[in-house]
Amino acid sequence: MGLLDRLKQRLTRTREALSDSISGVFRGGREIDQELLQNLEEALYTADLGPLASQLVAEIERRHKRGELKGEEDVRACLREQLLGRLDPGGEPLLTASGPTVFLIVGVNGSGKTTSIAKIAHRYTQAGKKVLLGAGDTFRAAAADQLEIWAERNGADIVRQHKTGADPAAVAFDALQAGVARGSDVILIDTAGRLHTQTNLMEELAKVRRVISKVLPEAPHHTLLVLDGTNGQNAIQQARLFTQTVEVSGALVAKLDGTARGGAVFAIQEDLGLPIHFVGTGEDLQDLEVFDPGTFVDAIVGSPAHTQS
Amino acid sequence: MFETLTKRLTGSFSLLRGRRELTSDNIQEGLKEVRTALMEADVHFQVARDFTSRVETRALGDQRMQGVEASEQFIHAVHQELVQLMGPEDASITFAAPGPTVVLMAGLQGAGKTTTCAKLAVHLRETRHSKVLMVAADVKRPAAVEQLRVLGRQTDTPVFHAEGKAPPEVCRLGVAEARRTGADLVILDTAGRLHVDDEMMAEVAEIAALTQPDAQILVADAMTGQDAVRSAEAFNQKLALTGVILTKLDGDARGGAALSIKQVTGAPILFVGTGEKVDDLDAFSADRMAGRILGMGDVVGLVDQAQKNIDEGEAQASFEKLVMGTFTLQDMFSMLGMVRKLGPMKKVMGMMPGMGQLADMDVDERQFDRLEALFHSMTPRERLRPQTLDVARRRRVARGAGQPLGAVNDLMKRYQQMGKAMKKLGKLGLGSKIGGKDKRAALAGLSGGGQMMDPSLGRGGGLMGGLGGLMGGAGAGPGGAMPPGMGDMDPASLMGGANAMGSSATRQSGKDAAKKRKEKAKAKARRKNRRKK
Ligand SMILES: Nc1nc2c(ncn2[C@@H]2O[C@H](COP(=O)(O)OP(=O)(O)OP(=O)(O)O)[C@@H](O)[C@H]2O)c(=O)[nH]1
Ligand SMILES: Nc1nc2c(ncn2[C@@H]2O[C@H](COP(=O)(O)OP(=O)(O)O)[C@@H](O)[C@H]2O)c(=O)[nH]1
Ligand SMILES: [Mg+2]
Ligand SMILES: [Mg+2]
Repeated sequence: MGLLDRLKQRLTRTREALSDSISGVFRGGREIDQELLQNLEEALYTADLGPLASQLVAEIERRHKRGELKGEEDVRACLREQLLGRLDPGGEPLLTASGPTVFLIVGVNGSGKTTSIAKIAHRYTQAGKKVLLGAGDTFRAAAADQLEIWAERNGADIVRQHKTGADPAAVAFDALQAGVARGSDVILIDTAGRLHTQTNLMEELAKVRRVISKVLPEAPHHTLLVLDGTNGQNAIQQARLFTQTVEVSGALVAKLDGTARGGAVFAIQEDLGLPIHFVGTGEDLQDLEVFDPGTFVDAIVGSPAHTQS
Repeated sequence: MFETLTKRLTGSFSLLRGRRELTSDNIQEGLKEVRTALMEADVHFQVARDFTSRVETRALGDQRMQGVEASEQFIHAVHQELVQLMGPEDASITFAAPGPTVVLMAGLQGAGKTTTCAKLAVHLRETRHSKVLMVAADVKRPAAVEQLRVLGRQTDTPVFHAEGKAPPEVCRLGVAEARRTGADLVILDTAGRLHVDDEMMAEVAEIAALTQPDAQILVADAMTGQDAVRSAEAFNQKLALTGVILTKLDGDARGGAALSIKQVTGAPILFVGTGEKVDDLDAFSADRMAGRILGMGDVVGLVDQAQKNIDEGEAQASFEKLVMGTFTLQDMFSMLGMVRKLGPMKKVMGMMPGMGQLADMDVDERQFDRLEALFHSMTPRERLRPQTLDVARRRRVARGAGQPLGAVNDLMKRYQQMGKAMKKLGKLGLGSKIGGKDKRAALAGLSGGGQMMDPSLGRGGGLMGGLGGLMGGAGAGPGGAMPPGMGDMDPASLMGGANAMGSSATRQSGKDAAKKRKEKAKAKARRKNRRKK
């Protein structure tokens, strides 16, 4: 199966599951009444929107009372408008005009950091950039081996330590120096997963960041928080605490190829204004997309285009 | 951001407070709050709805308890219902008679399967003396086989893999290898897969068909949101799950997914993962999980931990002195030692009722080190006779500990406040015997006026009070954020000043972890012996 076919299949798979909930609410041509509104709120909750679901439905109710909403499509449009208004399209992270652009990748355990690094590296190597990966996860079993395999598949350079328990800041330092020396365009620093509540591990991360800035004062240019799209409300707390310790500059939401919709990002945007740059849609190198608010919101409210195609 | 469930319930309970009867009318507001709170804890909406209707039936059907307010009865019903749904607690893996017992681990990507394989291997070897073989059947994630091999080396567990073979074949050969080598337990580590990925779901079903596992375990991340229902359902359909292991409970996720998963699969939760190291696997407690989801804190966990780590005689002596008013700096010092034995402060705080809201706060273990340094810098006589610590002596103590005089003064202030708070608690009726079951109640009850707690845990003073006292009423803790009943013992400012509290999670090398494990096993044996005596 070709790449495009796969992508299309993926998107429709997601979309079907998604639009299902709201179309489901309206199935059988139901009228907008209290019961329907409650069902709508519940359907929205399943996208991990949290308390925002109630706010959205309150707005629907208000507009309905003013006679502005006729049926399913009006409701959908109203939801889409409200949700879109809350999203800040991060766009693709900018590369510096000269010298390497440094990315520091952070997040909780198993969120998808290393795989996302591989995908970002793929994106830039495809664009003809020289990419170097720094294996800053010196803790998890075989983490550096995992990154090394991705480096090979990408034809990217890698800087790693061979013993576990090495100082991650030292690895980052070496990676930056190597990147500068070899004239890399993009340097991606992997880090071990850590829960945002583990203060001294967070402090370790802050140190990695400081060391990076020591080599290149303006680096890291991007500190990306990788969020697991299947996480619920805890993602908000993750974003808050990671931002506090390492000045996260943007987010990447991974694992959106399933049925999860990552609705927690709305609260994160409202709270911290973190732009979302990318979404992860699979386990392979090409499964990375620049974040598109329209697609993201359609995945939650269902898209009318879906019925046409 | 969110109101915690505790706060919410307090709100809705105040509607009930003073009322004598629960009626289907006056209960509605409370039910609504419970439902919202569950949803904020990531419980699936449908599951939350079912839950509240069960609570309604239960609360209205319960016998009116004499002398108990309607609100208390309602809380009781909520908690009991949840505990019941989360259970059973004592489920375990069914071991095959001639063996080898085959355990299949499955789940979404990044849930913690591989790590949990190693944890399970260590646990079952220690508790059942199983001879374990781990099978690396994830050929998808780069270096997944190597990851399991490293864990195998760390834990002295053999790892089987067949290069170039498809996962079902790897597993089949793995079980054959177990037979050949006389292993009686095989743990199959499979690749992470999405429940909508038909091909991969078929693969795991094929593994199950080929190896006929005795246990088919879903490993799920405690941070999972609403989607938990869909994925758990799909895995259950394909695998007829026999158990669930919930990982990453060492964070601050409320873990509502646990309830969702339990509800849709009916499979018991066997263990919980509480860290990245191979011995971070704990028995599942329905009570703790219920408390956590409801935002009530893990009281039982704290008490368990206290019992495990604290010398009963020593504890009892300090508590008695506390309430008798003969509490000295020496007692405070040994109490500090006891509190520290509970483990990293962050973990302890997380388990305290209502302290969940302080999750944002940092607990700096170094603050404790500093306190300890001050105590060390005193003479034993000074510790026994705190009143002799005049300015000159305080100055010497400060110098000896390399800290400013203010630090000593702070400590003294805390000491005095602690004495006062404890006397108050003593009056509440805790003075007499503290031991056995009473001690358990005392330890737990301390957490405050106890209105959010299971009434059976009792009220009064104890370890938590001690903790609260240690933390000192002084300082700028977010006292306002405290749950009802924490009152004068604002544990937030325990360390004087709200700033730096935090976990001491360090990344031990495998060797350290192994050492720790051995020590833990030794301690366990010691405890057992003590009990026998
Ligand atoms: N379906 C899907 N799986 C993903 C995606 N991104 C990562 N994964 C998978 O999730 C699992 C964990 O990914 P990693 O990249 O190792 O995550 P990590 O954050 O580096 O993990 P730790 O370093 O262990 O904390 C792997 O099995 C990946 O293949 C995604 O967008 N979709
Ligand atoms: N904090 C914490 N991390 C865990 C726990 N269990 C696993 N992890 C981490 O989660 C990440 C993914 O775990 P792994 O076992 O590779 O997951 P798998 O992809 O399901 O096999 C790793 O970084 C683990 O160290 C846990 O209970 N607590
Ligand atoms: Mg990684
Ligand atoms: Mg794995």
